[in-house]
Formats: sequence, C-alpha cells, structure tokens
Amino acid sequence: MRKTLPRAALGPLFALATAAHAAVMTPPVAPPSVPFTKATVIAGAKFFADHCSACHAVSNLRYKRMGADLGLSKAVITKSFMKPGGANYLKGMRPAMTQAEAKKWFGLPAPNLSHMARALGPRFLYTYLTSFYWDPKRPSGWNNHVFPNVAMPYILAPWGGIYTKNGKLLVPGRETPAVFDRHVADVVAFLRYASDPSVFERRAIGRYVIGAFVILSILAYLLKKDYWRDVHDKEAPGGAQKGATAKSARKG
Amino acid sequence: MSKVVDWFNARFPAREMMREHMTEYYAPKNFNILYYTGSLLLLMIVLQLLSGFFLMAHYVPTSQDAYNSVQGIMYDTKWGWLVRYMHVDGVSLIFILLYLHIGRGLLYGSYRSPRELLWVIGYLIYVLMMGEAFFGYILPFGNLSYWAGQVITSIIHAVPIIGPGLTTLARGGPGVGTATLERFLALHAVLWFLILAACIGLHILALHKVGSNNPDGIEIKDHKGPDGTPLDGIPFHPYYTVKDIFGVGVFLTLFAAIIFYAPTMHGVFLERTTFFRANPMVSLPDVTPPWYLAPYYAMLRAVPNKYEGIALMVAAVVVPFFMPWLDRCKVRSSRYRPVYRFMILLMAVTFFTLAYVGEQPPLPKYFLIERLGATIYLGFYLLLPIISRFEPTRPVPERVRS
Ligand code: HEC
Ligand code: HEM
Repeated sequence: MRKTLPRAALGPLFALATAAHAAVMTPPVAPPSVPFTKATVIAGAKFFADHCSACHAVSNLRYKRMGADLGLSKAVITKSFMKPGGANYLKGMRPAMTQAEAKKWFGLPAPNLSHMARALGPRFLYTYLTSFYWDPKRPSGWNNHVFPNVAMPYILAPWGGIYTKNGKLLVPGRETPAVFDRHVADVVAFLRYASDPSVFERRAIGRYVIGAFVILSILAYLLKKDYWRDVHDKEAPGGAQKGATAKSARKG
Repeated sequence: MSKVVDWFNARFPAREMMREHMTEYYAPKNFNILYYTGSLLLLMIVLQLLSGFFLMAHYVPTSQDAYNSVQGIMYDTKWGWLVRYMHVDGVSLIFILLYLHIGRGLLYGSYRSPRELLWVIGYLIYVLMMGEAFFGYILPFGNLSYWAGQVITSIIHAVPIIGPGLTTLARGGPGVGTATLERFLALHAVLWFLILAACIGLHILALHKVGSNNPDGIEIKDHKGPDGTPLDGIPFHPYYTVKDIFGVGVFLTLFAAIIFYAPTMHGVFLERTTFFRANPMVSLPDVTPPWYLAPYYAMLRAVPNKYEGIALMVAAVVVPFFMPWLDRCKVRSSRYRPVYRFMILLMAVTFFTLAYVGEQPPLPKYFLIERLGATIYLGFYLLLPIISRFEPTRPVPERVRS
C-alpha cells in the first residue's frame, strides 16, 4: 500500500524509515548509577585523553573552556589532558592521528565526539562501549552487539577483558568488572559534559534565577491581592462580611 | 514635569491611548487562568525577538558554516547557551501557550459574533507561527534541519502546474543549501516576522474594539451601570496589569526551570537528530517534525495517496478558520453546553494523540490511530453545524459568576 506513494515527497521519507539506525535494536544496558559531577567528568576526561583522543576529536570543546568549567588550571590541563603533538590550549581537542591515517587503518576516520552524547544519548554510549566482542571473522577482530561490524577496535580490552559473542570471558581484563564499568561510566559522563558544556554553569546559577522569579511572583501576588480587594468587596457587599464572620466563627 | 507631559500629549495621543487600551478598557472580572495566555504570548514574542537578535549576531547562513556557527554560540560565546536555549525552548512554550489560548477560545465560544474577525486574525497568527517555526528549524542545519527542509519543500511540489517552480524558488536551487539558508534567514528574521508582528497588533486592536469574552460567555456590555461602564467589568489597568505581572512571574519561573535544568526537555524541545551536522549522504531513520507540528504530519500520513494526504493536512489546518460560522448554537460558553464540551475534550485528546503518533516512525500499528484521529479531528468541525443546532443547553445566568 505504501508503495503507491509517488516518490517526489514522501518516497524518500519511507525509504529513510526502513534504514533505521541498527543501534536501536537491542535495549540499552543501564549504566551503573554514577553521579554526574565535576569529579566524574574530570575522571572521564582523563580516561578519554589517555585512551580515546588518539583517534577521536572533540573539536568543539576547547581545553581552556574545559579547564574553566571543571576548575582545572592551565598547568594541570597541559600536563594531564593535552597530548603532545599539536594540541593547543586555546583550541578544541584534536586526535593525535590524522584523518588520512585513520582512513588507512580503520577504513574511515573516527567521528568527532563533540555532540555524540546528545545525539545518541548517554545510555546508548555506555551500552556501545560495553558491548564489544571478539569476532575472528572481522578484519580488526572486533564486533559490537549494538553496532554490527563496527570499525572501531576495542581499545579497552586490556582493562575490560575480551568476551565472545555469547558473553564467555576469553581473557580477563586488568580491572574487575565493577571498576571497569565505573570507568566507562566516567567517560560517558565526560562525553555528556562535552556535548553540553554549559551544564555546570547552568546548574550553578539556575537556583538563583528561579529564586528571584519566585520572589517576584510572591510580591506580584501580594500586590494583586491588595489591588483586587475592592473588586471582591464590591462584588457582594454582604459577602465580604459573611466571609469575615465565618472566619471569626471558625477561630472562636 | 507635568508641563513636559502636556507638551507631549498635545503632539501624540499617548493619554488617549492609555485610556482607551488600559485605564478605561473594561475587561470582565471573572477571567480564569487561561486568560493569562494572551499576555504571556506577547511577552514571549518580545523575548524571541531579543534572543533572536543575539543569535543572528553570530549566525552564518551558509551550508558550510551554519552548523558550526550555531555550535560556536553554544561552546564559545559568553551566555550563548542561554540565548540559544531561550530561543529554542521559547518556541515550544509559545506553542503550548498557543494551544491553551486557542483551546480557551473554543471552550468559551470567544470566536462567536462579534469576535469573528478577532478569531480569524488570531488563527492566522497561529498559521504564520508554524511557518516562522519551520524557517527557524532549518537554520541550525543539523541533519534533521536538512532533511526536514528537503521533505517540506518537496511537499510544495504537489501544487498543480507551478509546484516544481515553487519548490525551486523556496530552495533557491535544486536542493537545500546556502541559498535556502539565506532566504530562510531573511524570511525568519525580517519579512515573516514583521507580518507576524503586524498581525499581533491587529489582533489586539480587534480585541479592544469588541472587548473580551469570559468563561461564562456572557456579554458584559449588556449590563451597564448608571455611569455607562459594564457592571461586571473592571478597568484593565490596574487590575489586570497587576494580575498579569503575577502570571509573568510564575511563567518565567517555569521557563527558567526548563532552560537551566532541562533545556532539551529529553529530546522533545531540541531533538537528538539536530546534533548531527547536515549531511545529504546520511539519511535519517525518520524525519519527523517537532511536536507542535506533528499532528498535521500524522494526518498527512493517514492516507496512502500523497495528494490526498496533503489535501487532508491542508484541510485540517484551514478548517478552524471557519469556526465562527460552523457553530450554530445560541449559547456561547461550553460551560452551558455539555455535548459541545465533550466534543472539545475529545478533539483535544485526539490532537495530542496525533502529535505523539506523528513523532513515531511510520509503522503499520499507527495507521489506524492516524486515520481514526484525522476522522475525529475533521469530524468535530464538519459535524458541528448540525450538532450545534440540536444540542441540549443548560440555562445561562444573567450575570457572570465569579
Ligand atoms: C583506534 C582508534 C580509536 C580509538 C582509540 C577509539 N575509537 Fe571510538 N571509534 C573509532 C572508529 C574508527 C569509529 C567509527 C566506527 C564506525 O563508524 O564503524 C569509532 C566510533 C566511536 C563512537 C560512535 C559510535 C556510534 O554509534 O556511532 C563512539 C561513541 C566512540 N567511538 C567512543 C570511543 C571512546 C569513548 C573511546 C575511548 C575509550 C574510543 N572511541 C576510542 C576509532 C577509535
Ligand atoms: C502570538 C500569538 C498571539 C498573541 C500575542 C495573542 C494575544 C492576545 C491577547 C493579549 C489577548 C487578550 C488576553 C487574553 O484574553 O488572553 C488575546 C485574546 C484572544 N485571542 Fe489571541 N493572541 C495570539 C494568538 C491567538 C490565536 C492563535 C488565536 C485563535 C486561533 C487567538 C484568539 C484570541 C481570542 C478569540 C481572544 C479573545 C478571548 C476571549 O476574550 O475570551 N489569539 N490574544
């Protein structure tokens, strides 16, 4: 029935609909509940700088901005977060590898992760990062439950361990599953921050702004009540009195 | 001081305008919470203009740089995120207010004589606002913007004879690109906005000519006191100005809560797919409109034939214009019309169900809902002339209740 649609307008639409992102097929695993705080984001940023920024850019997030948001000094940022080789304090996070190199090694450049958390959602990112398995049929040796035939090698294997498709542990990782899951959750927290860097600033001032508007509302309400008193009085000359007696009666 | 004021008033009708529109404009005293929506819409239009001004100062309307210029506002511009979230979330809040405002008009029969023109101008504002939102939606040039622009401009293709020419004119070329962004920006920020603002001015003038309706649907001008002012009316200023300031306070509290703590409203106010750069090579799983336009989109999909679908959608958008002439009942307010009240509630539930369905991928399980929804929505308007002639009504009081 749908096929009868002329292509011009709706044709592309329904074609798109069938090409749904393969990722949506498996329900995301719930990340362990880690508080989304500056501390977890800093831990995640460190982890990201060590393991991910070899390939991935976070080009919209400048190191300077990150330092300001997370309360880190330029010295700390330069020492622990910026990788040698072209990283600029005033610029966004760039991968150590060039796009051409990435293309040669993985078939495609690793995507810029600036907006990834907003686009895919933190739950999906967590699931993606914990769903890699060993697949000898793939050229890289890796596959992913929620991203079939993924081009990214599982660089976290030394920490998280190597599993088969059925979930059998082949080689245990350096970290216990609990510790590893926390680390992954930290990275996801960092990516969440990177996709929405105003988050700490917003939270810090939000309550004052809301407080100011609440006070304004209360004052406006009192003013309104005062002005409207004569409307209600005029309404029912006996009514206002009746209200008053009822009140005093209840008090008595 | 008073000399300066007198000098000014001798040369400009400020005092007369103040009297006519504020201190001697009598409004019914029994307004309820739905009557805050008008003043809040005025506030929101001004806020959109302000935040839009700051956005435009940083925006680059080219297919190459549009996406990054908007991200620059979010990442690198001081208070840029505040301005952008105000503007983006403001749109959703405007549509929430518009739906409450229109719903209020339907509930209390505010479209009835002598307020037909007020209703028609108001509904025109709503239709213009849909266009305004669409143009704005394309500007950040995320992947959703690109595909939405592509799909919507191709709907114009269906117009007989001139359709293909119109599509090219709207896009400024064969596809959505820099030329499209440039003309959409010019429309969004200048021409369309000016028309919208002018219509809002006409709306207020028309309102003050005929006077406000009220939840009881009783004409307050029918009961005047010895001084010639309506017995159930109170001067807009100071009574409703102080009341509206209170409404503004509560509304801004909610607005701030959204901006500061849930700016994307879990992907409803700012969709996920807008966070990918526009890319003609990467098609999206589904191009769905934002929630406030989704009901019409669901109706478009309800029929398999493209032309019939578009006709149905256009009918759904246009038919409320005729509301003043479709309703034949003698009583205005739904407070005294139980059947009409039920019909409105059913129509409202249907409308928002369609909004939900319109956001879902086009799966067979939704076709039935889409069709049923479109039938109920259009059925409301088409059956009203008959039902309103025979429906039972309750006795209407002489004077407004408070
Ligand atoms: C060896 C290079 C390399 C490293 C190191 C690497 N990635 Fe990737 N990553 C890739 C490539 C290549 C892709 C593209 C996968 C594809 O499209 O098939 C990718 C894709 C992704 C995606 C997108 C998934 C999607 O659904 O689109 C995310 C998220 C991601 N990587 C996160 C990370 C994180 C977090 C780390 C650090 C723990 C990391 N990557 C380390 C190469 C790498
Ligand atoms: C941005 C858009 C709009 C603005 C700024 C606006 C503004 C206002 C204001 C200030 C009032 C008086 C206060 C009130 O009654 O709430 C009003 C009343 C009214 N508006 Fe609007 N309006 C808008 C859109 C609409 C739309 C879309 C419709 C209908 C389809 C509409 C129909 C009416 C009607 C019928 C009244 C009189 C209501 C009554 O007296 O019961 N307006 N509008």
